Amino acid sequence: MADHGHPVRVTINGEAHERSVEPRLLLSDFIRHEARLTGTHVGCEHGVCGACTVLLEGAPVRSCLMFAVQADGASIETVESLADGETLHPLQEAFRREHGLQCGYCTPGILMTLKPFLAANPAPSDTEIRQALSGNLCRCTGYQQIVAAVRRAAAMLRGEEP
Amino acid sequence: MTTRLIGEPVERREDERLLTGRARFIDDVHLSDMLHAAVLRSPHAKARFTRIDARAALALPGVQAVITHEDLGAANMPMPLLNEDPGFIHPRTHRALAPGQVRFVGEAVALVVADSRYLAEDALDLIEVDYAPGAAAVDLVAAAAPGGPLVHDDTDSNVACRTADNTGDIESAFAAADFVLREELRPERGAAQPMETRGVVARYDASLDTITIWDTTQAPVSARGVIADKLGLSEAAVTVIAPDVGGGFGVKIFLVYPEELLIPFAARLLDRPVKWIEDRREHFIGSNHERLMVHRIEVAATRDGRILGIKDRFLYDSGAYCPYGPINAQCAQAILPGPYKIPAVHTEYEAVYTNTPVVSPYRGAGQPHGNFVTEAAMNHVARALGLDAAEIRRRNLVRPEDCPWDSGRIFQGNTPFIHRDSDYPLQLAKAVDALDYAGVKRGQPAEREQGIFRGAGIAFFVEGTGISPYEGVEVRVEPTGHVHVATGFPSQGQGHHTTLTQIVAETLAVAPEQVVVESGRSDRFAWGVGTFASRAAVVGGSAALGAAKAVRAKALDLASEELEVAPEDLVLADGAVHVKGAPQMAVTLAALAYAANPINTLQAGAEPGLRAADYYRSPDGAIASGVHGAVVVVDIATGMVEIETYVVVHDCGVMINPTIVEGQILGGTAQGIGGAFYEKLRFDEDGQPLVTTFMDYLIPTAMEIPPIEIHHMESRCSLNPLGVKGVGEGGAIPAAAAFAGAVEDALEPFGATVRAVPLDPPAILAMIEGRAES
Repeated sequence: MADHGHPVRVTINGEAHERSVEPRLLLSDFIRHEARLTGTHVGCEHGVCGACTVLLEGAPVRSCLMFAVQADGASIETVESLADGETLHPLQEAFRREHGLQCGYCTPGILMTLKPFLAANPAPSDTEIRQALSGNLCRCTGYQQIVAAVRRAAAMLRGEEP
Repeated sequence: MTTRLIGEPVERREDERLLTGRARFIDDVHLSDMLHAAVLRSPHAKARFTRIDARAALALPGVQAVITHEDLGAANMPMPLLNEDPGFIHPRTHRALAPGQVRFVGEAVALVVADSRYLAEDALDLIEVDYAPGAAAVDLVAAAAPGGPLVHDDTDSNVACRTADNTGDIESAFAAADFVLREELRPERGAAQPMETRGVVARYDASLDTITIWDTTQAPVSARGVIADKLGLSEAAVTVIAPDVGGGFGVKIFLVYPEELLIPFAARLLDRPVKWIEDRREHFIGSNHERLMVHRIEVAATRDGRILGIKDRFLYDSGAYCPYGPINAQCAQAILPGPYKIPAVHTEYEAVYTNTPVVSPYRGAGQPHGNFVTEAAMNHVARALGLDAAEIRRRNLVRPEDCPWDSGRIFQGNTPFIHRDSDYPLQLAKAVDALDYAGVKRGQPAEREQGIFRGAGIAFFVEGTGISPYEGVEVRVEPTGHVHVATGFPSQGQGHHTTLTQIVAETLAVAPEQVVVESGRSDRFAWGVGTFASRAAVVGGSAALGAAKAVRAKALDLASEELEVAPEDLVLADGAVHVKGAPQMAVTLAALAYAANPINTLQAGAEPGLRAADYYRSPDGAIASGVHGAVVVVDIATGMVEIETYVVVHDCGVMINPTIVEGQILGGTAQGIGGAFYEKLRFDEDGQPLVTTFMDYLIPTAMEIPPIEIHHMESRCSLNPLGVKGVGEGGAIPAAAAFAGAVEDALEPFGATVRAVPLDPPAILAMIEGRAES
C-alpha cells in the first residue's frame, strides 16, 4: 500500500509494528498483509462471521470492522500468540482432541473469542458456550464438536484434565 | 507390530497448522512484486454493451491494466460443457468475460490489476460501460413458459434441456391406484457459502513459459486442463495447487470460474504475480448457487399405503448458463424413489435458463431436492389415507432380503442405483426408538389441549456416493523412511490427509508420523478428477489401499531377495520386513527403498523405486443411507420452531475414522437445517439480488443448531475393498424433509401442509392462520 502518511504503531503478540498507512486500511488487512500474521482470517468483511476476531487490549473485536489507524497505540493478540512454542494452548489442544475444526478457516476467530470467555467464565454450561460462540459462523462442523472442545478446554484450564 | 488404524478415531494430522495460524490459505500466498486484481461485474441481469471505457481507470496511479473480452482473444472461447445430457436443446456455457452481453448481476465484465486491492477496487468505479438493459427472465416458472424474455437471444426458448426417464409401467400403476396425490413442491434457492471465499494467485515464469496457479478449487487437475487449453499452453507448463481451502461443499468446483483463467492470463500479460481474492458480496453474486426446483408430482397409492407409482414433472433453475448440464436435475430424478420399492417412476424435467447466477452442485447435488419431494409426498399420502408417517414408510421399504434391488434409476456418473448392503427397516426402527416417536404421538392430544404444539418428523435418505470417474494415488517409500502419498484430489476440511495416512500406514505397518501426504497439486500427481459427490473415501481411499498393497508386495519381494527367505515367510511390522518368528532377521523399508534405486542394475522392463500408483473406479458406486428424525415445538404465536431432539441414524459402511465421520454428519446436518429454516436467496423482478450479505443470508449459529444424536450402523459395502460408502452429503440431504414432517405433525390441528422450504416464521404463521400453505 502506498504511503499516505498516517502513522500506526501497534503491539501485536508483544512485538511492535510501525507503519505509515492509508486511513482506510482495515485492521484485518494491516494484521494480515502489513504485519504478515496470516492466522487471522477474513470471512465476510462486514462484521457477521467473526473469523477475523482478535483481542484488542484483551477484548475480542472484529478486525474487519476497524481501521488500522483506530488501533494506533493498542496492544493486539492474534491466534499466533496462543501456543507456547511447541506446546498448544489448552483451547487448541482441546479443539484437536474433540475434532472442533474441519477446514479450520473460522477457527482462529473462534479461539480468540473463547480465550477471554473462558477467563471470565471458567465453568460454562453448554448453553453459555453456545451463546459465546453465536457471533462466530462455522460452515463445516455444526458446532457440536466445538462445544465439546470448549467444555474440554475449560476443564483443562481448571486443571481438572491434562 | 502392526497397529490397526483403519476404523480408529485418530486425531487429525491437519490440525496443528490450522490451530496455530500456520496454515496457508489462498490469501496467505504472498509473492514478491505481486499485483492485485478486482473484477468489474455486471449491475444488470440482462444488458447489451458495445463499449468499455477504461481510460479514467488506467489513469489512476497504481493501476497496471484493465482487461476486457477483446484483450482475451481465443482465451475467451466458451468454457467446456461438462455433462452432455441427451436432452440438451440449447447448451450454453459461460466465458471468462462477457463479450457484449451480460446475463446476470455479477457476471464478470472486466478485470482491473493494480498495486493494491484497494486501488483495484477504486478503479472499478472509474470504468464506464454503455449498458443497454433489457427485460430479464427471473422467475423460474415464468422463464420456462413461452413468450417471455429470453436469456440467450439466439435461442427460441429458455429451456436448455428436456429429459424424461421412465421406470416400470407408470400408466398401469395409476390405473390400479385407490388414491392419487397431486401437488407442487418447491425447494428454494440457496448457496454453499463456505467461510473462505474463492481466490486465485498466479505467477508466470517467462524464462520457462510456465505458470503456477494457487486456486481454491476442489478439482486442481481438471482445472489445469481447462486453463492450459484456454491459454494455449501445454498442460505440463501449468501447475495448479489447491492450498489449504476453507470449505467447498461444491461451490469451489467449476471448470472454470472466470477468475481461474483471468488471473493467470493477467500474470502472463504483465509478467508479474497477480492475486485475486473474492469478497463476500462477490461470492453471493459471482459464485454459483443451488437449490431452486419446482416439482409437480402425482403419487399413486393403494388404500393401505403402498406406493404404486410416482410421476414428477419438474423445472430446474439452471441460472444463466448450463456448463454442468442439468446435473442436479439428473441426481434428483435418480434418487426419487428413495429407499422404497416403487414399481413405476416417471420423471421429466426441464432445465431452464434464468438471468441469475449459474447453478451447480451444492452438498448433495439435487439429492436434497429429490429427497424433499419423496419424503414430503410420503407424509402427505399417509395423512390422506389416515396412516402414520413411520408406518407408511415401513410398508414401502426395500428390505434386506430384497437386495440387491435395482431401482431402475441411473445416477450421476452413469451409475445404476442398486440397493444393497443396508437394512432400511432396522434404520427406521432405531430412529423411531431414539426419537421416542410413539411417546411424542401419545402426548399430542393432551399437549394440544394446553396449547403446546409438538410434532415428530422422520425422513429417510439414500445417497449415491463414490461415483465415477476415477481417482489415483501414488505411494512411495523414500530412502529416508518417509512414505510419500500423493494424489490429485484436494481437501477442503474433510481430513483426507488423516484418513489416507490411516489406510497407508496400516497397510505398510509404518508409524503414521512417517507418512507425508500431498494432495491437490498437479505437479505432484496429475491424474484424477476432484473432490465432490462423497467420493474421496470410496474412490481415493480404495486407490490408496491398492497402491499401498502394491508397495507392500514389492517390499516383500525385495526383502525376499535381501534376506534370502521366501516372501510368504515374511511379514511387515514397525517399518520393516521381518522373517516370521525371527524378528531379528529384518530389513527396514528405508533400506529396501535405498536398494530399489537400481543405479547400475536396472533390468529392461523394470521400474525403479519402492513405489506404486493405483487407480480406482467404482462402476456401481456405493449407496449410503439413513434416517433423520426431529421433534419440534412450534410457537403458534410467533411461528418460531424449537428443535427439541434431532436424531441421525446412518450407514456409511466401514468408518475409516469415526470422529471424522461424525464431523461430516454434524456439519452436513447443520447445513440442512440452514436450508430448512433460514437460507434463501431472493431476487427482485429485474433480477437484482436482494441477499448479498450474512445479515440477509442467515447461516445458522451455535444457538440455532441443536445437539444431534448419531447412531452408527456399519454395514460393509461389498463393492469396494475398504467396504466404505461416502459420508459427505448424507447429513445435508434429508434435514429439510425431516423438519417439514415435524412441523406438519406439530401443526396437524391446523391442517398445515409444507410444500416449500425454507420454513421461515412468516410461512409457518401463514399455515397456522390458514391463509396459505407454505
